[in-house]
Amino acid sequence: MIRIANLTVMRGTKPVLTDLSLRFGHGGITALIGPNGAGKSTLLHAIAGLLPATAGQVEVEGRDVARIRPEERARLVALLMQSDRVTARLTVEDLVSFGRWTYHKGRPTARDREVIAEALSQFDLEGLASRQIDSLSGGQRQRAFVAMAWAQETPWLLLDEPLAALDPRHVRDLMERLHGMSRPGEGQRSIIIVMHDLPAAARYADRIIAMKDGQIVTTGPRQLKMTGAVLSDLFETGLDVVQVGGGDTVVPA
Amino acid sequence: MKPVTLWLTAGLILAALICASVLIGAASLFSGDVDGGLLIAVSRLPRTLAALLAGAGLALAGVVVQMAVQNRLVEPGLVGTPEAAMLGLLAVTLIAPGASMMVKMSVAAAAALVGTLCFMVLARHVPRRDPVLLPLVGLIYGGILGAAALWVAWTTDLVQYLGTWMSGEFSGVLAGRYELLWIVAVLAPLLYLAADRITLLGLGEDAARSLGLNYRQTLLAGLLLVAIITAAVVVTVGAIPFVGLVVPNIISRLRGDNLRRNLPLTAWLGASAVLACDILGRLIRWPYEIPAGTIFAVFGAGLFLWLLNAAPRRAHA
Amino acid sequence: MPLRDVHMPDRRRLIPLALMLTGLAALFLAWNLKAPVEFILTLRVGKLASLVVVGAAIGAATVIFQTLTENRLLTPGIVGFDALFVFIQTALVLLFGGSVQAAIPPLLQFIAEAACLVAVSLALFTLLLRRGAGDILRMVLTGVILGIFLRGLTSFAQRLLDPSEFAIVQQASIASFTAVNSQVLTIAGVTLILALGAALWLAPSLDAAGLGRQTARGIGLDHDKVVLAGLSLVALLVALSTALVGPVTFLGLIAASLAYRFCGTWRHAVLIPAAALIGAAILLAGQFMFERLLGLQSSLSVVVEFLGGLLFLFLLLRRSAR
Repeated sequence: MIRIANLTVMRGTKPVLTDLSLRFGHGGITALIGPNGAGKSTLLHAIAGLLPATAGQVEVEGRDVARIRPEERARLVALLMQSDRVTARLTVEDLVSFGRWTYHKGRPTARDREVIAEALSQFDLEGLASRQIDSLSGGQRQRAFVAMAWAQETPWLLLDEPLAALDPRHVRDLMERLHGMSRPGEGQRSIIIVMHDLPAAARYADRIIAMKDGQIVTTGPRQLKMTGAVLSDLFETGLDVVQVGGGDTVVPA
Repeated sequence: MKPVTLWLTAGLILAALICASVLIGAASLFSGDVDGGLLIAVSRLPRTLAALLAGAGLALAGVVVQMAVQNRLVEPGLVGTPEAAMLGLLAVTLIAPGASMMVKMSVAAAAALVGTLCFMVLARHVPRRDPVLLPLVGLIYGGILGAAALWVAWTTDLVQYLGTWMSGEFSGVLAGRYELLWIVAVLAPLLYLAADRITLLGLGEDAARSLGLNYRQTLLAGLLLVAIITAAVVVTVGAIPFVGLVVPNIISRLRGDNLRRNLPLTAWLGASAVLACDILGRLIRWPYEIPAGTIFAVFGAGLFLWLLNAAPRRAHA
Repeated sequence: MPLRDVHMPDRRRLIPLALMLTGLAALFLAWNLKAPVEFILTLRVGKLASLVVVGAAIGAATVIFQTLTENRLLTPGIVGFDALFVFIQTALVLLFGGSVQAAIPPLLQFIAEAACLVAVSLALFTLLLRRGAGDILRMVLTGVILGIFLRGLTSFAQRLLDPSEFAIVQQASIASFTAVNSQVLTIAGVTLILALGAALWLAPSLDAAGLGRQTARGIGLDHDKVVLAGLSLVALLVALSTALVGPVTFLGLIAASLAYRFCGTWRHAVLIPAAALIGAAILLAGQFMFERLLGLQSSLSVVVEFLGGLLFLFLLLRRSAR
């Protein structure tokens, strides 16, 4: 479980998150939605322990993320970031292998290799394994980074706009995979995703958290909270949620 | 500040600096051991004038270079001009050791012009979008010319000469050995008359052309001026880095970018700053001296670091 | 041939480099060797050792530094680390006087100076260089001007010294590969071996740091600790090379660029030794050419600077053209 209590994060003198309290239970996909600058990415970074809290605290599985050693933290929470500028020239397989870094520290064991191979196949990357990262398309690269985060084998998987550079087919593939691995069973992951793709959120999320100006607007099960009224208010433009072919989607009102 | 009060303040500061410069030195004017009048006429006054002229000249040259490449983060010292002048000086010292100062300076100025023009050609290939790139290229370009000069000097046993050209120092200035610097006093009014054209230069080739400026001719004239001033300073007192960078930036921050109004102020600040550094250099380790160039390099580089990092950045969140 | 394990460093590329360096060393020692053989050989071995130590130290330091700054244009020399070292030396003489300095054994003195360098460079790194990490060119320019600033400060401080003390310091501030104190050389050699060992131990962490600070922290790297360790190593390596021969700005850039090209890997377990071997080989080959073939003295560092400057310009413009 993740418990956030009275969290405030400042960037310089400007508060990005103010006095935010929240709980996440295990399993399922939580979609973080909200306009640009709402503080969604900051929240993910704070949960992953990569941004210091100005006030308040974040607990993952009962442990304060500010106090866990980095190696242990990386076995609890994996974070896919928006910017993925890499100076070194790595292959896809090298990159995914870095997801296991906290376990192998540069000397992968048989178990590590197994997970790496599994990650490559999970995200449809086997054919690209020996390609250089900088020779890939944006969508392929995005998948490689998701695979790296997945390979960390953390109970919590945080993804900051993983759908950004993906075409519709890969959006569907990725979301179905994430959906599958967040169902109860062995190796279940709890997934939190920052998304701007509202139709995808409407289709796959179990829970939504709507954020604006560093605060939570509303949170709850997607079926109850993802409504035309909430979205229109959140994004300050007319939006509606409609049923299409057995699933929800979002359309301009 | 009103123009009158501004100029009054500037004049007072300058007068105070000049008085201090004439009075301060290793030998006392009033002890009676030396003829005070002679000391002033032969050493102190020439020294003071040399600092003023060099400072004003370098600051003005800085303005011209900044306009010519449309980049506020460069100055002659950051585009290889002094190093090119030194190469010219080395050549003339090797080929015609007995040549007069005037000949040496002309050759140095010619070399400086060629070096600066080469930089301009190089600058055309440097992408404009990042203002920080050009000074870097200039620094390295200057470094390469400097290494070449050092190598020539090394193989021909002229390293000592190179040393005096490289570090700006006024302690060696005596009557009869600095007069070349008066060329600054001749060139400065010309620059003032051409202020509007130099401003146009700063708009870039296309804009300047469309406003009816003969771009190439103006550019060449401007760079010639820069080359002559730099060569004169290098020959007489040695290079003083950062004057041409820091002074125009300070003036432009305080007073905006109207060149015609600001050129006199720029010259004033350059002159005062260099003279102040020279006086400081005489006081810190009295009775020994620290070269004004060294002091200015420390202040100038410090200020540049500040300009670079405190300057309003392009918005990138 | 069995398939290479993609998950482990491939060190085979180091073999030709090591062979090349050995060959160069042999050539350097044996070329035109005349009587008195023993005397000349001793002389040459000393010179060989100092060239190799300096080249290796600078090559390795540059690779580590470029990874920590996430920038393949910077070298410790460009940013003024060596200037900082000379400045610290000067400041120590200024504070305690030349006679006190002469009384301290060289080893202790070296350790004290290197420790100061580590502390000051860490402060500068976090203050100036890290802050602009997103803006690479601004960071490079800041580094270069910082170097000029430190050199200015050094010559300023040197002017404050007595002429006799000034001479002590000035010896250290011009790169020369000809006269090196054998005691200092021993200290430097041992330090180099220890530092290279530590660098190899740190290599996997540096690999992870190569992903960039954010990502590296995401996968569980204690990035601040790696920066601390890596920068300390860089400072130590720069200190020992500067103590031996004085500042060399661009050699590291050449060595590191060649190492990336030649090895085609991101693994520091390969890159660091490769850059060390290449750095040493460049200095050795250069000195051999200049001294033995062209009969020129002490101009090697100038030529290395010249070529390194050209390489820097090339890398800079190519990077910006993209």
